[in-house]
Parts: sequence; structure tokens; C-alpha cells
Amino acid sequence: MTLSITTDDGRATISMDEWNCPLPLRDYPAIVMGHGGGGQLSAELVTHLFRPAFAPGDTSALTDSTVLTLSGNRIACTTDTFVVQPLEFPGGTIGSLAVHGTVNDLAMSGARPIAITAGFILEEGLPMVRLARIVHDMARAAREAGVSIVCGDTKVVERGHGDGLYINTTGIGLLDPDVHIAPDRAAVGDVVLISGFIGDHGMAIMSQREGLEFETAIVSDSAALHTLVASLLDAVPDVHVLRDPTRGGVATSLNEIADDAQVGISIDERVLPIRSEVRAACEILGLDPLFVANEGKLLAIVPAEAANAALSALRNHALGADAAIIGEVVADHPGMLVARTGLGARRVITMPIGEQLPRIC
Amino acid sequence: MKYLTEFRDGEIAQRMAAEIRQLTTRPWAIMEVCGGQTHSIMRNGIDQLLPPEVELIHGPGCPVCVTPLEVIDKALAIAAMPGVIFCSFGDMLRVPGSDRDLFRVKSEGGDVRIVYSPLDAVALARQNPDRQVVFFGIGFETTAPANAMAVHVAKTEGLRNFSMLVSHVLVPPAIDAIMRSPTNRVQAFLAAGHVCSVMGFWQYPTLASTHHVPIVITGFEPLDVLEGIRRTIAQLERGEHAVENAYARVVTFDGNRTAQELLEQVFTVSDRSWRGIGVIPASGWRLSDAYRDYDAEHRFAVSDIRTQESTVCRSGEVLQGTIKPTACSAFGERCTPRTPLGATMVSSEGACAAYFNYGHTVQLQRVVSRP
Repeated sequence: MTLSITTDDGRATISMDEWNCPLPLRDYPAIVMGHGGGGQLSAELVTHLFRPAFAPGDTSALTDSTVLTLSGNRIACTTDTFVVQPLEFPGGTIGSLAVHGTVNDLAMSGARPIAITAGFILEEGLPMVRLARIVHDMARAAREAGVSIVCGDTKVVERGHGDGLYINTTGIGLLDPDVHIAPDRAAVGDVVLISGFIGDHGMAIMSQREGLEFETAIVSDSAALHTLVASLLDAVPDVHVLRDPTRGGVATSLNEIADDAQVGISIDERVLPIRSEVRAACEILGLDPLFVANEGKLLAIVPAEAANAALSALRNHALGADAAIIGEVVADHPGMLVARTGLGARRVITMPIGEQLPRIC
Repeated sequence: MKYLTEFRDGEIAQRMAAEIRQLTTRPWAIMEVCGGQTHSIMRNGIDQLLPPEVELIHGPGCPVCVTPLEVIDKALAIAAMPGVIFCSFGDMLRVPGSDRDLFRVKSEGGDVRIVYSPLDAVALARQNPDRQVVFFGIGFETTAPANAMAVHVAKTEGLRNFSMLVSHVLVPPAIDAIMRSPTNRVQAFLAAGHVCSVMGFWQYPTLASTHHVPIVITGFEPLDVLEGIRRTIAQLERGEHAVENAYARVVTFDGNRTAQELLEQVFTVSDRSWRGIGVIPASGWRLSDAYRDYDAEHRFAVSDIRTQESTVCRSGEVLQGTIKPTACSAFGERCTPRTPLGATMVSSEGACAAYFNYGHTVQLQRVVSRP
């Protein structure tokens, strides 16, 4: 598909010539679910539509929150929309998830969260008692995180035009002057850490959504990570990169960092912290835990000499007790994520096209 | 989990690889029939542990890859019909038909749903008596018993709104067809363990003796695959062609008789078209006459759909092991996992998709030393 759009005021031209969507026509004339999956399709929407339209010429790396300088003060700003199903799941609700997700997006730039806005899109017919549970869970999460929900908005859409409830949040945070965290700061020789077990949230949601029953209940790891980040920054002020591996999981986040910084990232599958029940559930469904979503974990990339200090700082915090060093930043294979397998061989881990799909057998 | 981790032990794998290197005195071409084995080989990097003389050829055992374009177009046509709930395993949603895939049908308003069991589709039929629920029943002998059970349950309950679009294929006729091909290069087979867990391996001794080819029933864990390779090479080096069961913890000679009886009741062996290969006689199943009412092709009158494959794509030759994916002029250029021309580039188990990533790995080999 060749499609060019010139805006009414003639200020920007959006060219989709390079937009190579996959199957089957390699072009989708309408949005498909994969455009929200956090993989290549999502990235294409941002790269070829949103950025050229909203910020033409801006080629800076994409981050979880953006840093604005206002009167000499650096302020982090982020926005996110939560459309998760089910609305309530083991370990949280869409309400607490909205707070945690927004706090974490701020924390991943090293900012201290100050305030959050909340926009609700409610579907006609949503039981009031359910809404009340979710709102109170959201309030509890904000209290525990020490952030205020300062303004909001409510809209109701007709039955059948929503999925019960969507929440949009915007978060504001403050940055210390000497904190400079960005994906393109990943440098050869740096060490990659994860703050704990991966894949818990995605598998908790999937087991609820699809009615899958596993012997052990898998609980979401949804949590606010800003105090964990603060502990890490106290021990290692020069943290290069932070990222919470949500949609698309650890593999997608590390692919994005490798691409932004044009470095190679090498991880060792043998040391990845994965709960046995998550690993087993993934195997049953033919999924790779590296691509499964997390909501209470962070990836940190730090200078090699600070690796042990970073690991200790993470492990000394309740949310980082199972932290591990999982890899390093390398000069080889720039832009690529490579894993050392359990057999000591190597495999390239590419970014998924859309959502990860369960295999037939 | 300990039971599984024992079959992934890196040190034992290295020892087994060393043994394979010691055994191997000349080039051998071994086909792993099953896409699950291909996936295990690529995911674990088993190919990197083998001596250069051992060539692994990826076989036609990827159910997504071999489902004919014509059947996918029929699925797309049915899924787009009003009043239909179309159910499929997840990885079929991204497979290209002639001009679109199931994801696109869904985005255009089709009610397409991912299920994890065909019995989930039967439950949907129960819950939606005013809708027609169709399950996309594809795959090898592994998925067939559950699909047969779903149709059987629907008939037993008298559900008039459930049907199945069936495109089941069988492994032994494919092995026979590969060995009969004048361009065949395969010298030994790793037979698909899960298929044999259902069907047993009583059909294999005839194949082995007819074609003088070693066949080793092989599982999917890294040590399973290495053991299968070790045993085939040991046979090849000795000049033997026996059937060996290297997956005895799951597979017996007779297989699962209960499943086989259900299959015999619900399905009838028929000629089947394989995507990229063509028709192989008696290589698949269709619903038996007693279950014809549950055949979606019959219910939705899509029998007349005819399609034309890409003239460039050589996935058929890839599936038969006669060429490597890289021999196709479109490979890595016009055809990539992002822009696939054929199904072997779409499925994560497909040989072309695996080779596309493997290409990267080969480049890495130059800069990354082996352990």
C-alpha cells in the first residue's frame, strides 16, 4: 500500500511507503489486534504515523516517559491507557494496574512520581459494585505508592461500545538533576539485570481470561517500582537504562534498547528467573516467557563495575529479592538480542510481529 | 519440573554432541519430521552442537505450513459469514490465504476466536444456540483425537450449530512420498514422538524396510533430539535401517488404542492436498459419512473455492527437503517473516522462518566462540 497524507495546513507529510505490514497483503487497511501487541506492528504505528504527525523530525529514542525542562526543573510526563481483560485478576485489578503502570513509566526515567490523572470510559451496564471495587483498589494502590490522583474525567459509552471499563492515566514526576537514564545510554560492557521472576502478570491474566486452570494459581506481579528505583539509584547513581518489560515482555524491551543504542545485547537463558509454574504454563500454550508481559519488574542496564552494587541494592528491596544479572551489552551483532541457550548454543531473539500466538501442538 | 530439566541438561548435551561427533565419519542427511522438533532444534541451538557432516533437514510436520491455501480460503470465507463464530488455534490466525488472513477478517467484523481446545468450541456452540460455531480442525495425528472427540460430543448432544472445517494429514504417507521422490536426499528420519504416542509405530517397520531408511521415534526435549540423532547416525554408520523407539517414556508400539478407535469412528482416511507439495494418496482424514452433517465444507457450501499459489514461493520443495530455504530466490529478500510469500515463512515452526533466524545465528558464529 502506498499512502501519503498531507495535513490540511500543509505542515507535515506522512508517508507510509516504507510501512511494511505483514500478512497477508503485507498491508492492513484497518487496525488489527496486533497493532496493540507491543511488537513490530505497534512500533510501526508510532514510527510511521504518530511521530511524523506529532513530532516531525524528532529522532530521539522512545522512552516510557518524556522529560520536560520547565524553568530549570526537569519534569517527567507519561500517559497510558489500560484496556486489560479481565478487569479483576489474581494480584490486582485494572485500577491498581493503572496506578502501577503509570508510576513505573515515570520511575523508568528515574523520576519521583508526584501526581496522576484518571480518565474513565465506562460502558453502559457496568455493575456499580464492580466499579466501586476497582476504584477503591486504584485508590489503595495510589496511597501505597504515595502519589495523588489529582484530576479525572468520566465518559459513558453505549452498551457494546466498550469492554466494561477503560482507564486512561497521565503521570507527572520530578527528576533529580544528576539522573540521566535513557535507552541509548546502553554501552558496550554494561551489565543487564532483571529485578525478579518474569512472565507472572501475563500468565495470570491469560489463565483468567481463557479459563485455564493450572495446579498452582499464578498471581500478577503488578507493583509500583519507584522505591525500588530509588534504592537502586542510591547505590548506583549512574544507571544507564531502566525499562519495565510490560507488553511484549523482556525480549521486546531488550530488542528496543539494542535498536535505540545500536549495541548488541546478550543474555543467558540459564540464569533467567522464571517460576516453574509460569514456565510450565508457557510450555503448555507454546509461548516463550521472554515475550510474556510483566507489571512489577524492571530491567536495569548499569556499568560493569557497578553490577554487584546494583544487584545488592535490588535484592535488599522486597520487590527485587529475586533479582539476577542476566546478560551484558556487547559490540557484536548491533541492534540484536542474542540468548545463550541451556545447551550453551546461541539463538537470536527477534521482536514479535504482533501478539505472541499459542501454538497448535 | 525436575523430570523435564533432566532432559535439558547442558553438560549431558555437550557429552552427547561429542559422542555424535565421534560416531560421524561422513556426511549424513537426517530429516526431523515434526515442526515441534524443528522448533526445539532452533530454540536450543542443537544444530550448532553437531559436526558439519550432519545435516538436519526440516520435514513437512508443521501443521500450519502444510494446510492448503484452498482450505485457508475456505476458513476465511466461513469466518466472514454473519452469524458464525469461527474458532481456531492461535497460530492459524496469521497464516495467509489468497488475499487476507483471519486477523484481518476479525478486524473487518468476523467473530474469530482463539481457543485452546476444540471442546471449548463445542462449549461455545452450547452457549450460543442462535449462532453457527465452526472449529478449524487441522494438524497431524497429534491433534486429531481431541478434534474427533469434539465432533463426537457435538453429535452425541445433538448440537446442530457446531461443525468442523477438517484438514487433517498423516505422517507415514508423507514419509513414503518423500522417500519415493526422485530428488530425495533424506537418509534417516526422526519420527514425531507425539504422533506416535497416539498411533504407535507399528506402521514404521514396513517403511524402514521398503526404503532402507533408519527411523528413530524421537521426543522434543533437547536430549531427546540429540539421542534421536545419535541413534540414526549409529545406524547409518553401521549400514542398518531399523525402527528404534527413543521416546519409550511416552510411546508404545501399539499407541493409544482408545484414541485410535475414536479416530476410526469419526474420520475416514482420504487423499489429501499438502500445501506446497500437492496431493498425497491416503494421507489425511475427512469426517466419516456418519459425521458428514458436522462437516463445515458441506454446511457452508464452500467446496467450489479454488485458489492459485505464489509462483515464486518454493516452500513445497523446502517441505520435502529437496532444497534448503536459502536456495529460494525470494528467501530473505521478497520473503521474510514480516513479508512472507508462503506458510513456511509464517509459522514459528516453519523451516524458512527458522532458517531466516538461523542465518543471523550463522553470522554470529563468526564473532561468538563456541562454549
